Amino acid sequence: MRAGESGEVVDMLTVEQIENGTVIDHIPPGKGLAVLTILHIGADFKGRAALVMNVPSKRMGRKDIVKVEGVFIDEKNVDRVALIAPQATLNIIKGGKVSGKNKVELPTEVSGVFVCPNPKCVTNHEDVETHFTHSKRGLCCRHCERCFSPEELAK
Amino acid sequence: MKDLVSIRDVDKKQATAIFKLADEMDSKSAPRKLAGKVLSTLFFEPSTRTRLSFHTAAARLGISLLDIESVGDSSIVKGESLVDTIKIVDGYADCIVLRHPLEGSARLAADLAEHPVINAGDGGNQHPTQTLIDLYTINRLKKKVGGLRVSLVGDLKYARTMHSLLYGLAMFGAEITLVSPASLQMDNAFIEDVKEQFGAKVRASNDMNFRDCDVLYVCRIQKERFADPYEAVRLQQEFRITLDSLKGAKDDIIILHPLPKVDEIAPEVDKSEKVRYFEQARYGVPVRMAILSDIMG
Ligand SMILES: [Zn+2]
Repeated sequence: MRAGESGEVVDMLTVEQIENGTVIDHIPPGKGLAVLTILHIGADFKGRAALVMNVPSKRMGRKDIVKVEGVFIDEKNVDRVALIAPQATLNIIKGGKVSGKNKVELPTEVSGVFVCPNPKCVTNHEDVETHFTHSKRGLCCRHCERCFSPEELAK
Repeated sequence: MKDLVSIRDVDKKQATAIFKLADEMDSKSAPRKLAGKVLSTLFFEPSTRTRLSFHTAAARLGISLLDIESVGDSSIVKGESLVDTIKIVDGYADCIVLRHPLEGSARLAADLAEHPVINAGDGGNQHPTQTLIDLYTINRLKKKVGGLRVSLVGDLKYARTMHSLLYGLAMFGAEITLVSPASLQMDNAFIEDVKEQFGAKVRASNDMNFRDCDVLYVCRIQKERFADPYEAVRLQQEFRITLDSLKGAKDDIIILHPLPKVDEIAPEVDKSEKVRYFEQARYGVPVRMAILSDIMG
């Protein structure tokens, strides 16, 4: 056992240091795969990536970790990760060192990131940016006024 | 108000001001003080009733019309994006009334246009002038909305009028009972939303008894929603307003309906003085006059 980037003790087997890329830690257990999907890391991804599931965590009991070599997550994608993993920490690794470390923040408003899941929504037919606002009903589309769960939007 | 896109954009004070203005519009010959203004009615799907009602309201205010109906045939929009059409019409008219099958189209138009936009129905989303007419009718006939017991009956899942009406009634503090078949119940998110926002009293029921009810608002159960047409007919029978279902109802109960109605109210009920939906339809003109005056004045 040794300390991972997060400073918590994680299983040796699961951790391989990356030189340049992104590590997303403190993902709720079971949501790591969805985080990969959000980052568009799928079967056609040619780089190195790791998904670590259900590792022990002091803070969360269990957690998932995602590591992607050669990809630096941009701000729009951070918002999307925040929706399904609001407690996640984001580590940007450059030259084997953590160069930036951020807690993701659940945005109250998200513009231009998600596609509205409502096929009849005007945003799916005209060239216009989507805009979602967080409310008790979920994330509500500014245009069609329908509300969706984070999981529905993150698809 | 700049635009009228959604009932969610209207607060109680603004709605009350519209009601007062509508009373004035209905009581005396309204001043044609909007003469010289141009209103564009842009209908991307047919809705004769709504269109005629806007045209009548505009005519009574002296407003000139730039009417583009079933825009598919018209050269101004053939193959053109909604975005471009709105920009062009915005250059001609002082206000745009838009009906469009896509949800959120009116919001998009309002964001783009410099002139005000009034939503005359955007697919399954909003039809705020209808909601204001519904609330005005209740307020006019009952002298209040808050504290009234209002039952909404029919398809509460898909009928957009009912979602917006629930919101408007809750905003005014009415006590709402939702009566529908189990398969056509209103989405719980809408109910929780108005409970939280307005502390509204809302309960669901499948009991066709209206003993304590002040206002009965009925809408159609659409056969298209059912794979089995017989199921639709059976439910329509079960949730149909008949003289029998009105037994024990208050003498001064009023029955409203957005029209057109098909079979959801028995013909013998039509003759009852409780029925006020033809009056409700007539109020479409003064309420739309009030909305046009408020927005274009
Ligand atoms: Zn939408």
